[in-house]
Amino acid sequence: MQVQVKLFAFFREGRFIKEDKELPTDTTAGQVVDDLNIDREEVGVLMLNSRHCKFDTVLQEGDIYAIFPVIGGG
Amino acid sequence: MADKIFRVNMTDLSTSIEDVPADWAGHGGRGLTSTIVAAEVPPTCHPLGPNNKLIFAPGLLSGTAAANSGRISAGAKSPLTGTIKESNSGGTSAQKLAKMGCKALIIEGQPQDDSWYSLSLTPDGVTISKEEELIGKGNFAVVESVEKRFSDKIGILSIGQGGEMLMSAANISVKDPDSHVRSLGRGGLGAVMGSKKIKFIALDAGDAKVEISDMDAFKAANKTFTKALVDHPVSQALGTYGTNVLVNIINEAGGLPTKNFTAGQFEGHEQISGETMHDLIVERGGKPKHGCHKGCVIQCSQIYNDLKGNYKTSGIEYESIWAMGADCTVDNLDQIAEMDHILDDIGIDTIETAVAFGVAMEGGVLDFGDSNEMIRIMKEEIAKGTALGRVIGNGAGSVGRTYGVTRVPVVKNQAIPAYDPRAIKGIGITYATSTQGADHTMGYTIATEILGVGGSADPLSKEGMVELSRGLQIATAAIDSTGMCLFIAFAALDDETCLPALVDMLNARFGINLTADDVTNLGMSILKTEHAFNIAAGFTNLDDRLPEFFETEPVPPHNAVWDFSGEEIDTFWNF
Repeated sequence: MQVQVKLFAFFREGRFIKEDKELPTDTTAGQVVDDLNIDREEVGVLMLNSRHCKFDTVLQEGDIYAIFPVIGGG
Repeated sequence: MADKIFRVNMTDLSTSIEDVPADWAGHGGRGLTSTIVAAEVPPTCHPLGPNNKLIFAPGLLSGTAAANSGRISAGAKSPLTGTIKESNSGGTSAQKLAKMGCKALIIEGQPQDDSWYSLSLTPDGVTISKEEELIGKGNFAVVESVEKRFSDKIGILSIGQGGEMLMSAANISVKDPDSHVRSLGRGGLGAVMGSKKIKFIALDAGDAKVEISDMDAFKAANKTFTKALVDHPVSQALGTYGTNVLVNIINEAGGLPTKNFTAGQFEGHEQISGETMHDLIVERGGKPKHGCHKGCVIQCSQIYNDLKGNYKTSGIEYESIWAMGADCTVDNLDQIAEMDHILDDIGIDTIETAVAFGVAMEGGVLDFGDSNEMIRIMKEEIAKGTALGRVIGNGAGSVGRTYGVTRVPVVKNQAIPAYDPRAIKGIGITYATSTQGADHTMGYTIATEILGVGGSADPLSKEGMVELSRGLQIATAAIDSTGMCLFIAFAALDDETCLPALVDMLNARFGINLTADDVTNLGMSILKTEHAFNIAAGFTNLDDRLPEFFETEPVPPHNAVWDFSGEEIDTFWNF
């Protein structure tokens, strides 16, 4: 299945901003994080199709998946 | 030497130094400005008349070595909202006031003639002088000239043309350590300073220092406190990308108000994002990391250079970039930086003014995305006080009324900032119930709803949002009294050593025995004081509502509407 993966802030360094990835069925959000060699401890927010999700959320064909480090502002 | 109240009467041009009344002693910053406004300003007075008062107060820990303690508060009855108002800022003024032993500066009355004045404060008191040379000038010329007259070591509070012309969006500029400016931004306090005919206030503390009751305990607590701040990952991201790191995440969440609040995502988000800004700053030899006051360990400010590598602006915030960017559909950071610089010079609030531009675009005054025309209007109309310039300089509500626009994003006539309350519902409760009109900083529920700091909450659900906003508004009122930057809250929400260390510092500074509960009670009592002022000024629960269009117009991509009932909102005040 195809999923668009988007990275933000310093997660982009040495990786990418946005990539369409071919993933096996039943891939979880956490597995994508692991495959990108991103430390789960550094992850602040995961969003699937503009809604917050968790490491164990299962991705679906056509999903847009965004991975953010711990960030803040205001 | 005990701290004193410095009082200036602009009607008879007299000054005095007074002892601090016992019931003001435990207050600083916002708690003190709101306490004084509530005690001395008639709630029904005209905000620009002689009965309003403009109060400046450093925080309780300002002027000490406590990390991030350099915030100054200004308070008055707001000409924008008609409510009580406190606005706070970094820069060097809080530290100067605290060091000279000035617990608060109260400016009252109004000159009888058309003369302009300046104030000069030293530990010995206040001098009032007539001012002619700098009238009509912008803030940057004022800072340059005043430093030449006095010294580059002094603190400066000043107004630009916006404040002189009594515009409701006018702010008060606060000199930063590099002689650039920060802003006491919201609620039109620059117009109150203009109504007192004061162009600038020079602050010379000389060699004076703040006294610490128990220095060893203070140092130990500050060490713990500083470590909590430095270690928190949010602090680290703020130092790299600034607050503008939020553009992409708020856009992703569908809560980035776009094209005068008609959509929740902006096509040009990447071009105006913190990531893009960081790369541009580095490429042009600017500084991605910069502090607005000495002692800041987070350093969310930055120095933004233009294409040629020359200084353009500093401390450009997410909310300003959002307002001039997504809300007006401008996707060019250089144009946004140029506008930020112009608005700082004129001395009007970037949020209020840019949201006013978004409403003006909807009203057909100019096209969405036309940043050249925005710049022309700022320079040729607002700075010169033409009729159009004054309509925009009086804020988003003013533009809506003038051009018959119904989609006007304001609460209590103050522009709603960078988070759509339909897609991020907790912040809508803060906008509705804040004692000062729409203001995200009053109870920053975004931390929990979007950023996952201090727990998590579904931003599209109403559940628990009133309680979330209430808890944060109470905590914020207390933090705003300490002189601490609100960004300590990220560490305070997640690191259990942070708040106790802050309380320990307060105790060591003053030789007192506050507990964490006392600090919470302080926050509650400040909110109640402010709320009571507003009720006496004629506000009711029906003013704690969002504009109608949020209930009737779904915002994409979630197609969410604002669905809190009035009764649900009103439970906010059940404490």
